[in-house]
Amino acid sequence: MISTRITYGNAVYDMARKNPNIFVVDADCISPLNYQKFADEFPGRFIEVGIAEQNMVSVAAGLASCGNTVFVGSFAVFVSMRALDQVRNQVCYNNFDVKVVGTHSGIETGYDGATHEATEDMAIFRAIPNIRILVPSTPIMSYKLTCIAGETYGPFYLRLTKQPSPELYDESEEFCIGGSKVLLEGSDITLMACGRMVHHCLEAAERIKEDGISVRVVDMYSIKPIDTIAIEKAVSDTKNIMTVEDHNIIGGLGGAVCEYVAKLGRGKVITHGINDVFGRSGSCDDLFELHSLNVDGIVNRIKNII
Amino acid sequence: MRTVRELKDISKQLKIDTLNSIYKAKSGHIGGCYSSAEIITALYFRFMNIDEDNPCKIDRDRFVLSKGHSAPILYAALARRGFFPVEDLAKLRNVCGHLQGAPNIKTPGIDMSSGPLGQGLSAAVGMALNAKFKKLCYKTYCLIGDGEFQEGQIWEAMMSAAKYKLSNLVCILDHNGVQMSGSNEELMPIGSPQEKFASFGWHVVTINKGNDMEDVVNCFEHLFDEKVDEPIAIIAKTTKGNGVSFMENSATWHGAVPSEEQYFEAMRQLKEAH
Repeated sequence: MISTRITYGNAVYDMARKNPNIFVVDADCISPLNYQKFADEFPGRFIEVGIAEQNMVSVAAGLASCGNTVFVGSFAVFVSMRALDQVRNQVCYNNFDVKVVGTHSGIETGYDGATHEATEDMAIFRAIPNIRILVPSTPIMSYKLTCIAGETYGPFYLRLTKQPSPELYDESEEFCIGGSKVLLEGSDITLMACGRMVHHCLEAAERIKEDGISVRVVDMYSIKPIDTIAIEKAVSDTKNIMTVEDHNIIGGLGGAVCEYVAKLGRGKVITHGINDVFGRSGSCDDLFELHSLNVDGIVNRIKNII
Repeated sequence: MRTVRELKDISKQLKIDTLNSIYKAKSGHIGGCYSSAEIITALYFRFMNIDEDNPCKIDRDRFVLSKGHSAPILYAALARRGFFPVEDLAKLRNVCGHLQGAPNIKTPGIDMSSGPLGQGLSAAVGMALNAKFKKLCYKTYCLIGDGEFQEGQIWEAMMSAAKYKLSNLVCILDHNGVQMSGSNEELMPIGSPQEKFASFGWHVVTINKGNDMEDVVNCFEHLFDEKVDEPIAIIAKTTKGNGVSFMENSATWHGAVPSEEQYFEAMRQLKEAH
């Protein structure tokens, strides 16, 4: 198994081989973001600014103003908060072709603790005009969404994770901005999840089948724009929607789904995620258990609803 | 090529345009506009390779106004150079116009948005890196204020420009010594910017009279005579609110708007200046 951040690096490298206008500006994340091949093969297009995330984003804006496609990344905490002013005012305000990448998102980051666990990054970026947000759940999806972001003009935020992730898709699977994937059909409740939580939801759905509960699982990989058709379908077909995310229940996937359901004026949403508290150090399994984001926690929440 | 005399007249016109647009808008930052008037005039009317008919041409010289609140004088320069009609200046900060409080790339001739201080030099580094990688011969000029010299990101940008030997990058420090709430010395002394830039690996040049067109022109004229490997810093000693007696060296005039009486007095002083 590999993680979404590794296939991200592969995708950037593969695109750069074909597109001479692709640059990477890095802030000492060569290994976490798998940039070594890129740095070796395209040294002139690999700008290393050291541990200086704000400078990284602004340098990228300067490069993008000259017609380049620029990838910048760091830990999700730092790229979404340390460099937020730069992302907002120099990238998004100008609608420049800069792809902002945050790895080590959520409590899945584990041992490093709260300071390194971004649980508010999606909420922050969702509120900024012009930027789109994609959250891959598997390595193949991460490769493909990176390519979509790289080939589509404008700012993107890609939310990646530290830990290796199982695969759910084959190489021929197609994804799109504003899309989603129904991975399991069901009629009692729709679980809408993103990132690592998609895997937990699939397991939870299989397990709860034994209790006669039929669960639909949707991989909501596009947070902004959100797949409104999938939400409408869930509202029509199942009594409840439960959003599941390794993120604060405020402003992320749950927030996006709730906002659309409120607009529809019908449907019920239960948000399942980090309950507006900071994370802490621990193994990611222990942390998922602590926040009821493991399979047991999700199963119990579903049983409480139904 | 415009003479120093002609450039002086243009800078006078830009200052008058700036006074008019800020007075009309009842909002804007006049003090920092006037400290950088001669620098912007020299760049836009003599030294920068730009084309008002093709504002996006690939090998144009770039200019980043990192101290974005000085936008009105830049807008005046762009309008007088022909990037957009001079009449647009009357709609500064107006919901019906395109001239935002701080530069926006939708305005013809603006290469980079700015306003949040400390970010422009990094963007200029990106532009200079592009030129270097693509073997384009344009120069990137970035004008920063001494107040924003207190921002940490400036230091990050200084390090990266030196690392990549961006000899095509010129950072001009508009060193008027005054910021919004008082002097640099009172708020946060910046020490010797010459020594700081030099210690970061920059080639440093000083303009002792940054509001004297002759000194400014002389500096830019010989800027690239000496072939250096380093990015170039120009420390320009200027006067905030230069040219209007009651505005000079005053933090109040960082963002104050003249009353009717002050407007006419300022206009009189600007017009009578040589």
